[in-house]
Amino acid sequence: MVSIEDYGNYETAWCPGCGDFAILKAVKQALVASGLEPHQVLFVSGIGQAAKAPHYLNANVFNGLHGRSLPVATGAKLSNPGLTVIVESGDGCIYGEGGNHFLAAIRRNIDVTVLAHNNQVYGLTKGQASPTSDKGFVTKAQPEGVLAEPFNPIAVSVAMGAGFVARGFSGMVDHVAGLIQQAIAHRGLSLVDILQPCVSFNKVNTFAWYKKRCTILPDAYDPTDWEAAMKVAREWGERIPIGVIYRNDRPAFEGQFSVLSEGALVGRDVDGAALARIVDGFA
Amino acid sequence: MRPNAFNILIGGEAGQGLVTVGQLLSKSLVRSGYYLVVTQDYQSRIRGGHNTFSIRVSPEQIVAPQESVDLLVALNPESVTLHREQVAPEGLIVLDESFGIACDPCLNVPFKELSGRRSANIAALGVVSSLLGLDRELVARTMDEFFGKKDPKTVEQNRDALTKSFQWCEGQPSPVQKLSRVENPPRRLMMNGNEAIALGALSAGVRFCSFYPMTPSTSIALNLASRAQQMGLIVEQGEDEIAVINMAIGASFAGAPSMVSTSGGGFALMAEGVSLAAMTETPLVVVVAQRPGPATGLPTRTEQADLGFVLHAGHGEFPRAIFAPGTVEECFHLTRRAFELAERFQGPMFLLTDQFLADSFRAVMPFDVEQLAAVHAGAEVGDVSGSYRRHAITENGVSPRLLPGMSDHLVVTDSDEHTEDGHITEDLSVRNQMVQKRLRKRERLLREVVPPKADGDEKSDILLVSWGSSRGATYEAASHLRSNARRVATLHFSQVWPLVPEQFVGVLRGAGEVVCVEGNATGQFAQLVYRETGFPIEKRVLRYDGLPITPEFILRELKQ
Repeated sequence: MVSIEDYGNYETAWCPGCGDFAILKAVKQALVASGLEPHQVLFVSGIGQAAKAPHYLNANVFNGLHGRSLPVATGAKLSNPGLTVIVESGDGCIYGEGGNHFLAAIRRNIDVTVLAHNNQVYGLTKGQASPTSDKGFVTKAQPEGVLAEPFNPIAVSVAMGAGFVARGFSGMVDHVAGLIQQAIAHRGLSLVDILQPCVSFNKVNTFAWYKKRCTILPDAYDPTDWEAAMKVAREWGERIPIGVIYRNDRPAFEGQFSVLSEGALVGRDVDGAALARIVDGFA
Repeated sequence: MRPNAFNILIGGEAGQGLVTVGQLLSKSLVRSGYYLVVTQDYQSRIRGGHNTFSIRVSPEQIVAPQESVDLLVALNPESVTLHREQVAPEGLIVLDESFGIACDPCLNVPFKELSGRRSANIAALGVVSSLLGLDRELVARTMDEFFGKKDPKTVEQNRDALTKSFQWCEGQPSPVQKLSRVENPPRRLMMNGNEAIALGALSAGVRFCSFYPMTPSTSIALNLASRAQQMGLIVEQGEDEIAVINMAIGASFAGAPSMVSTSGGGFALMAEGVSLAAMTETPLVVVVAQRPGPATGLPTRTEQADLGFVLHAGHGEFPRAIFAPGTVEECFHLTRRAFELAERFQGPMFLLTDQFLADSFRAVMPFDVEQLAAVHAGAEVGDVSGSYRRHAITENGVSPRLLPGMSDHLVVTDSDEHTEDGHITEDLSVRNQMVQKRLRKRERLLREVVPPKADGDEKSDILLVSWGSSRGATYEAASHLRSNARRVATLHFSQVWPLVPEQFVGVLRGAGEVVCVEGNATGQFAQLVYRETGFPIEKRVLRYDGLPITPEFILRELKQ
C-alpha cells in the first residue's frame, strides 16, 4: 500500500504562507487515495512558482517551458497511455502563455489532469497581472488597473464541453484533495482550478477574501446538467462556487487511436514486412 | 546539356490535373527504366494561376533539372506564351487545337475529340507517352492503379481517352525522337524527397510525428499519416508549431522515437522547444524543408537560406547535427542517421531540405528495409544500479536514459538547470558541470560526421563547393566544364554541422579557384566554412529567386 511518506517531504522555494503548500499536501493525499505509486505518475509543469510543485514530491517529472506543459503532457500520454499524467502549473502558465494549448487539450479530451494554481497574479516575476486578475487590479505593470476582462477558465471549459471541470480553494485541503482524486479517476481531460492566495503580490484576493466567498456546491447540484453548469461557471463575486461544476463522459482522446489498442508506443519493433510492402508501393 | 537527356515541361492552371499527368508520366517513365529529375513549380493557390511540372528524363543517371525544354505540353494558352522561349530549336510544343495559337514546331491536338470534357489531361498523357515511345499497356496499367479506387466508369473513360490519344498520335509527324529503349528495365522506385524522409523515419522506428501544415514540409507528415495504422505510429496535427515540438518532446521523453516537420516560419516558433530538447536531453528529429523567406516569403518556392537559422536556433549552448541531403536516397539514409544520433546523443538533430528536393521525384533503387536496424529508445533498466539519476554526469556526456513508468525508477528532468537527478538547482558548480557534460557530446558527434564528398581532378583549376539540394546541378555543371577540357573538381557537403576542417581543408587549398554554389543571397555556407576553417571562399554562385539551381544557371554565373 502506498502512503504519504512514499511521496516524500522536501524543502521548497515558496514564501511562507503560500497557498502552494496546501495544494502540495492535497496532491499527495489524492495520489495516495488513488492508490498510485510514484513511478506510475508523470507530472508535467511549466514555469512559475506553482510549476515548481512537482519537484517537491516523488514522481516522474518533466518540468518544461512556460505555457507548454499541456502539449508535453499530451505527447507523453499518447506515447504511453499507461502513465497517469498530471499537469501542474499556474494561471499565467496554463491560461495565458499556454492558452491555445488549453483550448486544444479540452477539444482533444486527452486523459490528463490539469491542476491550475490560480492566485490571480504573477508570483515568480513579482506581481504583474495574470489572465485571471480582476478588472481594475492595480500592479506596477498595470498602474491604472487591469483594463481587460479576466479569463474565466471554468466558463470556457464548460462552454467547450470539457470532460471534468472543478474549482477548489487551497484553504480547504481535504476538499481539494477529493476534487483531485476525482479528476485523476476521470477518463479524459480534467481541470481543477485551485484558488489560492499569493501572500507576496496579491493584497486584494487574500486568504480571507477567498475564504469568505468560496462556497461548496450543494449535494443536490447536478454537474451533468450543462446549462446549470454554465450558470454556476459565471458566478464570481460575493459567492464563488467550488466543487465539481461540470462533467460528462466524452471518449478520451487516446482511446480513439487504433494503434494504442496494443498499448504504449514504447519499445515496439519495426514491422519489416509491412514496411517492405510500403516500399513496394513506390515501384 | 546532355545529349541523352530530354526535358518535358507540362504547364497549366492549378486544378487542371497537371500533377496527375506529371506523376503518371513520371511513373511510366521509371517503370520503363528511365532516370528522371522532376521539378515542380507552383503558386500558393488551389485553383488558377500558373504551375509547371517538369520531368527531365534519360536512360542514363541524371541528377539535375534542366532549363531548356524539349517538349512543352501546354494545358492552357498561357503555358505557350510563358514558356515558348525556353523550347529548344529541335523541340516541340504540344497544345490544344482550340487555343488557336500558331507556333512552330507544334502539335495541335484535338483534345476534346480524344477525351471528352473531363479527361483532357489523360489525352495529354497519351499523346506525350506516344511521342516518347512508351508502351501503351504499361502507361494504361499505371493509370489504372492510380485511379483504381475511383468508380469503374472513370477508369474506363480514362482508358478510352488514352487509347484514342495513342492512336491519333501515331499518324502525326513529330520532330521529337523517341527515347532510346531500355531493355529489361530494373525495378526502381519513384519517390520524392519528402516521401523518402517519411520512409527513412519509418525504417528508423518513428512512433510519433507532430506537425502543423506548412508548405513544403506537409507531405512528410501526410505520408506518415497514411501509414500510421499499418506501422503503429501516431501522427498528430498540433494547434501550432509550439505545441508540435513540445508534444514531440513529451512523446519522446515517454519513449516514442519522435520527429517534427516544418518550414522556416514554423521552425521559428519551435526555437524554444529546440532548446528544451537539448536541456532535457530528449531525442528529437527536426525536419526543416526550406522555402524563401523572410516571413511568409515565397511559400511554394525553394531556397537554402535557413542554414544559419537552423544552426543557431535555440537559446543557450548545446551540440547538434545538421544533415542536408542532396538526393532522394540521402533523404532516406540521413533521416535514419538523424534518428540514430538523436537517440544516442539525446538531443535535437536536424534535417535541412528544401521545396525543390521535397517535391522532386526521382528513380531510386529499392531500399532493403528489412535489413535495416531501427532505433530503440532508452537504456535497459538493468544498466542502472542504485538510485537513478536521469542526468548522471558521465565521461562522454551521455547519461543512461530510462523511460517514465517503465520501471520503479523515477525519471525527472527540468528546463531549468538541474542536478544529476533532474531537479531544479541554482548551485553554480553544478551548472558548470552540466554545461560541460552536455557539450562533451559534441566530441563524439564530431567523430561521426559524414565527410564531404570530393570528386574530380585532385589538382583542379576550379572547385565547386555545394551543400544539400544544389548537389546535382553542381555535379552536372562540373561535368560540362570538364568536357571543355577544364580541370574541375566538386566538394559536396551532406552534413553541414558540425564541420571537421581536416576532412576538407586540403581540398580547398589544393584548388585553383573555389566557388561556393548555394541557394541564398549571402553565401551562408561559404561564411560558415570561413568561420570554421579561416578559408575564404570569395567566389559564389548564389540563387535566391525561388527557383532551383540548375547547371545552366551555374555556367552562366561562372562566365560573368
